[in-house]
Amino acid sequence: MNHPSLLGRESFVELGARARAHALLDAGTVRELAGPFDGLVSPWLARQGVVPQADDGVIVAKGRIDGHGAVVLAIEGAFQGGSLGEVGGAKIAGALELAAQDNRRGVPTRAVILFETGGVRLQEANLGLAAIAEIHAGIVDLRRYQAVVGVIAGQVGCFGGMSIAAGLCSYLVVTREARLGLNGPAVIEQEAGVAEYDSRDRPFIWSFTGGEQRIATGLADRYVEDDSAAIRATVRALLAAGPPATHRSERYAHYLARLRSYDPARQPEPQTVRDIYADGASS
Amino acid sequence: MNIATATATAIATETETANPAASRGAAWLAALSGNAARVAGYPASVQVADAALGGQPARFVALVPDPASAWPRARHGEAGVIEGWSLARAVHEVVQADRDTAIKRPVVAIVDTPSQAYGRREEAFGIHQSLAGAAGAYAQARLRGHPVIALLVGPAMSGAFLAHGYQANRLLALDDAGVEVHAMGKQAAARITMRSVEDLETFAASVPPMAYDIGSYATLGLLWRRIRVGHAAAPDAADLDIVQGALLAALADILADPQRDLRSRLGGPNRQASGRVREVLARQWDD
Amino acid sequence: MEQLQFEYPAGAPAGRRVLVGVVGSGDLEVLVEPGSAGTTVIDVTTSVDGYGKVWDAQLARVFKAGPRAAMRIRIHDFGATPGVVGMRLAEAFEALDASADDNSKEQP
Repeated sequence: MNHPSLLGRESFVELGARARAHALLDAGTVRELAGPFDGLVSPWLARQGVVPQADDGVIVAKGRIDGHGAVVLAIEGAFQGGSLGEVGGAKIAGALELAAQDNRRGVPTRAVILFETGGVRLQEANLGLAAIAEIHAGIVDLRRYQAVVGVIAGQVGCFGGMSIAAGLCSYLVVTREARLGLNGPAVIEQEAGVAEYDSRDRPFIWSFTGGEQRIATGLADRYVEDDSAAIRATVRALLAAGPPATHRSERYAHYLARLRSYDPARQPEPQTVRDIYADGASS
Repeated sequence: MNIATATATAIATETETANPAASRGAAWLAALSGNAARVAGYPASVQVADAALGGQPARFVALVPDPASAWPRARHGEAGVIEGWSLARAVHEVVQADRDTAIKRPVVAIVDTPSQAYGRREEAFGIHQSLAGAAGAYAQARLRGHPVIALLVGPAMSGAFLAHGYQANRLLALDDAGVEVHAMGKQAAARITMRSVEDLETFAASVPPMAYDIGSYATLGLLWRRIRVGHAAAPDAADLDIVQGALLAALADILADPQRDLRSRLGGPNRQASGRVREVLARQWDD
Repeated sequence: MEQLQFEYPAGAPAGRRVLVGVVGSGDLEVLVEPGSAGTTVIDVTTSVDGYGKVWDAQLARVFKAGPRAAMRIRIHDFGATPGVVGMRLAEAFEALDASADDNSKEQP
């Protein structure tokens, strides 16, 4: 039996950040801003004996999606686990700020964020954290005008302060390989013990924080196969839909009500969360 | 004034007997709100009080320890699943209440929190989304014109600080050894990097963004003001006076500022690259 | 971490700039820009100390083998084997020779 889509499938997960950004933007429209030749390396890594990357692990790719102005912010998970430092964080925050500014002067620029990150780069701790706060601010500002679409493809996933950023997006696209969680498994195990969280038990980790679970519990919006064309089409459709009337992050009353029916005396199973959050998909 | 003094003294005494309810956050919330009644319906870990700031209504919010919390990993003042959504509620309620009024009341986030909550329950129920609820609420309040002020009276750590405080127009901090800002607690960071805490502290002190102390944090240019008080853990009347003055000054500064974003945080001596990146982006932005 | 520098005779400046690779464990990135006519300068930042002679030998083999355009090259290395280094350099040269009407100057 022929499965032309399967045969023609191009893995998005296997692409580096720069290639992912190119895959989402209309061909021939891509310009990289604040790129690797602009001399914006981390001021903090070399003195700690860490080899820097010329783009500091973040690609700002400006162009068009479906003919509309857009900027794709792609995090390179292969460099320092995609962790954000001063420069990489400023690239994302600064681009979001400029996109919002565009909208205020009548230019409908959209933004897509490719989350492949463990959160704050510990070697730059407070500057990474501050930049992430500015990313949060940038998303909340821009999403008033345009949908801000987040994509979590894997294999690094989306953790730390950037998982909060993901939670602020208008829509989240996830794959099966994706994970979305606040704390890294190793840190949870270290802080709370292996019985609480076994960081080496991959099925366990994916059962709680993997793409399939997050979709099933309404904490993500689109579940897509690992295929560049499918992801591109999904991103386009979500941008075209515009921001939702209510963002998931605004639904405190809904989530507090749902959580009242969970008794924390017992550890949850993945199914527990599906039950508690049933029909909890964003409006 | 007498009531405030008596309250401050009472709280100071409670702290000396190590009452967990009288954390720094709780002590400062009580003092700044004139011991106003807590808004009902919130979990014990999220204390909300409506009281005057400079003669005008304001909301004060603090995270405090709740040793009896049903969530075992969120008993020491951490920002957990319930805390995040409750913080969101506290702020959204103010925004909704002032929706049709010209004057938007200030929100003061009193920050004293060791971290986000680490646990299976937390990840399962989407603590990341809950903290996004809180961060988003504060950001929206700020964008709607509410002056948002963060007052750091104790640790202001990682995800908890992102959720509660880091979206403020202005960040103020007590100049005290008990006030620390970081992306990961010392104990956790030492364990995960397999160092002793002492080695970590020594190393971190040599790299400004990695240092824990508020003095090093100040060189990053993120703080609007550092405030010296006599009793950071439990304010007396003089301390209260000083901090109230600082809050009023911050409020005036915000109200005089046409911009309600976070750009006032750029320009610190140890944060030059952040400005440079933005300059390059702006220069290259248009085709 | 170590920083090394190498220079080789070269021809006219390269026509474009390219970037290949990523600074992941066991990998490296290579940034190539047009250099001053007559000389190729290579700056290597490497996470592994003490391999200056190995870099020297490998780069000499590559850059002395035949005439090349003058380039300014930066290498950020995170413990790549000589095999991986050779592969990334070959990728860079291929990208340099790629069609001039390829819009993206950096190799995705």
